[in-house]
Amino acid sequence: MASQEKYIRIDRLDKTYASPRGPVKALEGITLDIAEHEFVSVLGPSGCGKSTLLKCLAALEGISGGSISIGGVPVAGPPDKMGIVFQRDVLLDWRTILDNVLITAEFRNLSRAQYEPRAMQLLKLFGLEEFANRFPWELSGGMRQRASICRALLVDPELLLMDEPFGALDAMTRDELNLELQRMWTENRKTVLFITHSITEAVYLSDRVVMMSRNPGRIAEVITIDLPRPRALSVRETPEFGRYMAHIRGIFTDMGILKDG
Amino acid sequence: MASWWNRSERLRSVLMVLVAMLVIWEALCWALKIRPFILPAPSLVLKDFVSAPAYFLKHSGYTLLITSVGFIVAVILGVTCAVGIVYSKFLDRILSAMLVSLNAVPKVALAPLFVIWLGTGTEPKIAISIMIAIFPIVIDTVLGLKSVDPEMVNLAKSCRASTLKILLKIRFPNALPSIFAGMKVAISFSLVGAIVGEFVAGSIGLGHIILLSQGNFDTPRVFVALTLLALLGTILFYLVDVAESLLLPWHVSQRSVHGDAPVVQGGL
Repeated sequence: MASQEKYIRIDRLDKTYASPRGPVKALEGITLDIAEHEFVSVLGPSGCGKSTLLKCLAALEGISGGSISIGGVPVAGPPDKMGIVFQRDVLLDWRTILDNVLITAEFRNLSRAQYEPRAMQLLKLFGLEEFANRFPWELSGGMRQRASICRALLVDPELLLMDEPFGALDAMTRDELNLELQRMWTENRKTVLFITHSITEAVYLSDRVVMMSRNPGRIAEVITIDLPRPRALSVRETPEFGRYMAHIRGIFTDMGILKDG
Repeated sequence: MASWWNRSERLRSVLMVLVAMLVIWEALCWALKIRPFILPAPSLVLKDFVSAPAYFLKHSGYTLLITSVGFIVAVILGVTCAVGIVYSKFLDRILSAMLVSLNAVPKVALAPLFVIWLGTGTEPKIAISIMIAIFPIVIDTVLGLKSVDPEMVNLAKSCRASTLKILLKIRFPNALPSIFAGMKVAISFSLVGAIVGEFVAGSIGLGHIILLSQGNFDTPRVFVALTLLALLGTILFYLVDVAESLLLPWHVSQRSVHGDAPVVQGGL
């Protein structure tokens, strides 16, 4: 990793919130480099500040100390070539699926007509083309989240931030979307920062897994996942996969976050 | 035909209740020999209307004009105020304080003041109508503009969307159901305002007819005006209701109306 050019540099990042009971440290001394085309998961218990880290990176939250740079430029506002997927799909009920996907172009003052073919192509990639003119409330949760991924990918961002995107979905839909996301990533190799609390999901999808502890949020360990790609879902039953899982679980158990028996 | 019969079930039951009430009313008036100037039978009320339909329609038209202008101006002003309140702390303090204290005064009590300021023409009546109708609009619009998913705003901000874009593409459409809720209250309020205005001054409008007929003990005529007012109020309310279902087919409250869009099953 050391030889690769660092696309994202997070250096001794601190984030403190003001609260009625005094300042609360959400993140402390986060130092993390992410290479271009790398898939990095941030894994941790709720309240460890992993979503805050993502919001700091997107400049949706200000930082209290340290620095973040993307592509060599210090982050001052939301980066240009970035797409975000949240846990809730936040599709607008009054727009069709196609119009919902196109909204990221409209927000950026880009021509709708120019992006419409790409929107249709993305919907096709995620098996939604026949639902382009349907409304969000006519679709299932998995389809809605697929549409929100299309929306994030519309302007072909270099960086994709995903904040527990599959956290609200049932286990089977989640598996299916994991597979689709992995397939999509293998094809276009965008830089992805993926927030999750599922160990399986993190190991399955990532090049590296960043494990976080809470109070305050710190990086506990970074693990490189050396499994061949493309990965089938069945990779999760292999002994190597099991070893990664056991290793991560062991660290969380040592931190007192997971209990073993 | 059969499907119309099913769909109109609510309308039919309402009509049946109305007709039944009129029949009982008519029967009681004749049976108990109630004098018309105390309570006229429906047939007498109808007779009075038929004797001078043009007269009644002219006055109804005037009240309708006051009500519609008052309502439309109240909507425009109210939504504008609400946007100001939501986007500016300064305007929030000033306008909220003003609106709350003004709302605390029974607005009917202010009506004579408007006559002093604006005379006895159309203007004071419209002003009173606006003043009464604007509150529900402001309150509901502020609520609607504020209750937007913060994650949706984050998405827009991550795309560097301007404040105006966020207002027009997210907050305003998101607030439309609330705005319509406010408008449904406001349309009745603006009619109240119009009648109050006609009571206080002037020589035209259904409010004026009621006042004039009361002075002449012409109770049937009072009832004609009341019936026309009820009709006017009902029609105006349903116009807002129809506009809502046409403009907001996507809203939860409207989906059962447009029941031809089932949730897609399967396909995870």
